[in-house]
Amino acid sequence: MEFKDYYKILGLERDASQDEIKRAYRKLARKYHPDVSSEADAEARFKEVNEAYEVLKDPEKRAAYDQLGKNWQAGQDFRPPPDWDAGFEFSGGGFTEADARHFSDFFESLFGTGGPFGRHARYERGRGGGLRGEDHHARILISLEDAYQGASRRIQLQTPVMDAQGRPAVKPRSLDVRIPRGITAGQQIRLAGQGGGGMGGGPAGDLYLEIEFEPHPLYQIEGRDLYLTLPVTPWEAALGARVEVPTLAGRVNLTLPAGSQSGKKLRLKGKGLPGKPPGDQYVVLRIVNPPLDAGRARELYQRLAQEIPFNPRQQLEDYQGAA
Amino acid sequence: MPHETDALTGLLLDEAAELGLAELCHACQVHADFVIRMVEEGLLVPRGRNPAQWRFPAVALHHARLALRLEQDLDVNLAGSALVIDLLEQLRQANQRIAILERQLDW
Repeated sequence: MEFKDYYKILGLERDASQDEIKRAYRKLARKYHPDVSSEADAEARFKEVNEAYEVLKDPEKRAAYDQLGKNWQAGQDFRPPPDWDAGFEFSGGGFTEADARHFSDFFESLFGTGGPFGRHARYERGRGGGLRGEDHHARILISLEDAYQGASRRIQLQTPVMDAQGRPAVKPRSLDVRIPRGITAGQQIRLAGQGGGGMGGGPAGDLYLEIEFEPHPLYQIEGRDLYLTLPVTPWEAALGARVEVPTLAGRVNLTLPAGSQSGKKLRLKGKGLPGKPPGDQYVVLRIVNPPLDAGRARELYQRLAQEIPFNPRQQLEDYQGAA
Repeated sequence: MPHETDALTGLLLDEAAELGLAELCHACQVHADFVIRMVEEGLLVPRGRNPAQWRFPAVALHHARLALRLEQDLDVNLAGSALVIDLLEQLRQANQRIAILERQLDW
């Protein structure tokens, strides 16, 4: 496994004060928090920052980490020396809000179960009480077509479990789930009894699946409404036309009104995602000019230029500026 | 593709779905006090006069979990979370609009 330089991750010197550690963490946590960040690798970076802070904010863990020595380089192959943590006294509190399932093998090798830093509290909490298991949450990607017509899909989940040593871990499992017709992004499906196992005979918790749509090659989605950009020729836009347009329900004929401009939005009522009320499909026109080498295009453009008195920049020319 | 009849059917939490206080607390793994504070802060708006009667729209689950993460990870208090959640929603809508407009321009 690779050595992790927690100081470097937080952008700190090894003699940083606890205040400096906290400030560096807060700044990076805001930058990479998956709920607020637009960085591409936000989730991975946030986990890394969190892991570094988990160690450096705790004087005991920091001291233990520091005594590994400062000659290790980030990414260097690492094995913890035998009895590396011998001689340290620990208050035994383990982690607070942090979730060790999200930390690296490097962290686990130093602070995982088995050593004085081991974490048990969360999973021992309900023993003996016949308590209901925890509710679990996951996000799944589905296609727009599945949402339109409903479907059954096999989904892969990483489920939190306890391993043989009583250590929190994740185990892959697959579930066949019915996707209800008309579901939209951000909505959730609650699967009763598919969450964490109960304790002492208690029932299992529920599993909440939050829906996200896969990017679609044709449509942009806003709630239940769909947006489709429709390329049209200049003469279709100018003279009006009847053109075929794809919808989720199949192809339909759409009448373009004469005198349409690029950007004009036409509505196909009820052709969006099903619901009460159903969404609409908006068709946005985009005028595409034929290339000049297509047939007599150049000649016809020149004729238009000569015969049509038209200045689309009139408003700009009338503007006098500050002069 | 799994067979239709073998697949698990869940409850769709759409615009019409509502959650009680206990359900919301269990789903977020928080005490009722935390949810009550979120209601007092205007972060969650349930239907009903008192906690025993409260019915939360399904989106409350998303907001409550987000507020919880913001508090745990960034030390944001509930007033701050309410603001962040409003701004994130505006950002989401703005990004959606931008994506639609960019698609129209990118051809």
